[in-house]
Amino acid sequence: MPSDWGTFFAEYGTLLTKGCTDTLAMLFASTALAYLFGIVLGVVLYLTSPIGLTPRPVFNAVLGWIVNMARSIPFIILLVALMPTTRMLVHTTTGVVGVVPPLVASATPFVARMIEQSLAEVPRDTLESVVSFGASMPRIVLGALLPEALPSIVRGVSITLISVLGYTAIAGAVGAGGLGDIAIRYGYYRYEDEVMLVTVILLIVLVQIIQSACDIIAKRIDHR
Amino acid sequence: MISIRNICKVFDGKAGSTHALRDVSIEVADGDVYGIIGISGAGKSTLVRCVNMLERPTSGSILVDGTDVCTLSGAALREYRHRTAMIFQGFGLLAQKTALENVCFPLRSGLGRMPEGAREKGIELLDRVGLADKADSYPAQLSGGQKQRVAIARALACDPTTILCDEATSALDPASTIQVLDLLDRINRETGVTMLVITHSMEVVERICKHVSVLVNGQVVEQGITEEVFANPQHSVTRALLGRGDWNA
Repeated sequence: MPSDWGTFFAEYGTLLTKGCTDTLAMLFASTALAYLFGIVLGVVLYLTSPIGLTPRPVFNAVLGWIVNMARSIPFIILLVALMPTTRMLVHTTTGVVGVVPPLVASATPFVARMIEQSLAEVPRDTLESVVSFGASMPRIVLGALLPEALPSIVRGVSITLISVLGYTAIAGAVGAGGLGDIAIRYGYYRYEDEVMLVTVILLIVLVQIIQSACDIIAKRIDHR
Repeated sequence: MISIRNICKVFDGKAGSTHALRDVSIEVADGDVYGIIGISGAGKSTLVRCVNMLERPTSGSILVDGTDVCTLSGAALREYRHRTAMIFQGFGLLAQKTALENVCFPLRSGLGRMPEGAREKGIELLDRVGLADKADSYPAQLSGGQKQRVAIARALACDPTTILCDEATSALDPASTIQVLDLLDRINRETGVTMLVITHSMEVVERICKHVSVLVNGQVVEQGITEEVFANPQHSVTRALLGRGDWNA
């Protein structure tokens, strides 16, 4: 333990602040993009499933297989394998920006499955009533399906954010910056235990905040 | 006029195929309240779900005002469903929307804005089912009977020509059942809307249905005017449903 926390923060304060903002930037930018793609993918998976509203069993099986494959690639491998694509998209493979594309690629299939799961919780009766009134497919999805599943989707957001937070730490190993990067470089390679401890505490606090915030929002918007 | 002609429905499952409906023919005149009664598994729900194409018949035809609705798809099918409302045993209300939002939901079938006067119409319909003060309540805050009355108001939103009731009172207590049945009866008399009522309860048929068909194992075994069928039941299941026979007969 450092004898004087004042000296510690004078020395590492700027570094830790930068680490925090980098982590948050990576986390929210990639999660937001992953939801943009993941919601579309999840809705398609749900609708085309053999018991869905527009069953396309073969298409659904192929899409499901692709999603599973993408989910089974370890993140660190995906990150390296995507480097040419990442360079093409954002002209860099390092820093916060360089790690967003692989994070999105990794989180999107995960989000798709979470969305599919949340949509499956909407009671069949509710859905059939909407169909029976002659609603169009966009109206069913945007007017009934997604709003009914929203509380469950929000609970899923906390799970996604926390696992993406874990990925940002791995991304730190290839120079992405953020708290994970600091923990590895200072805490692990240089045996600076205090830095390791503080980054871990910061990550714990972050996880708690994410979980509580999502729980509160989900509870507030759920009218069941 | 709804003319159900020689409808068959076969479900292909893992354990082989099940014949849910076998050559069912029923004629329902405009403005009639037509009961379809049978025990569980008789195929009554499948039959009513065929009428608005939630289930597609394997063979046969359903003529509604001369159009075979089995041939409809896309926009034409949605337009037909718009005129053919449905009430479910489990209410089928959107849990995240208020009573008023639920009632107004069918008024818009695509994306875009609600039509002019939707809110006023919704409140008027809620008033008609005696729930004007519950406009801003969510389904979870309502009793079973109140939920079904909201569902009835929603069914009326698009001024339907037909209302399909799939075990509409089976989940309700006796007092709510009578309230809902009287409401349906009043709506039929006031608007002349045709009703197809699926039930396993004789009480329901006796209270509101002018005609009745008895369905056993996917087949119509008896049909006619309610009083006549009840006065002189021919089939053992009809007698059993009326409490005048033995279930094992």
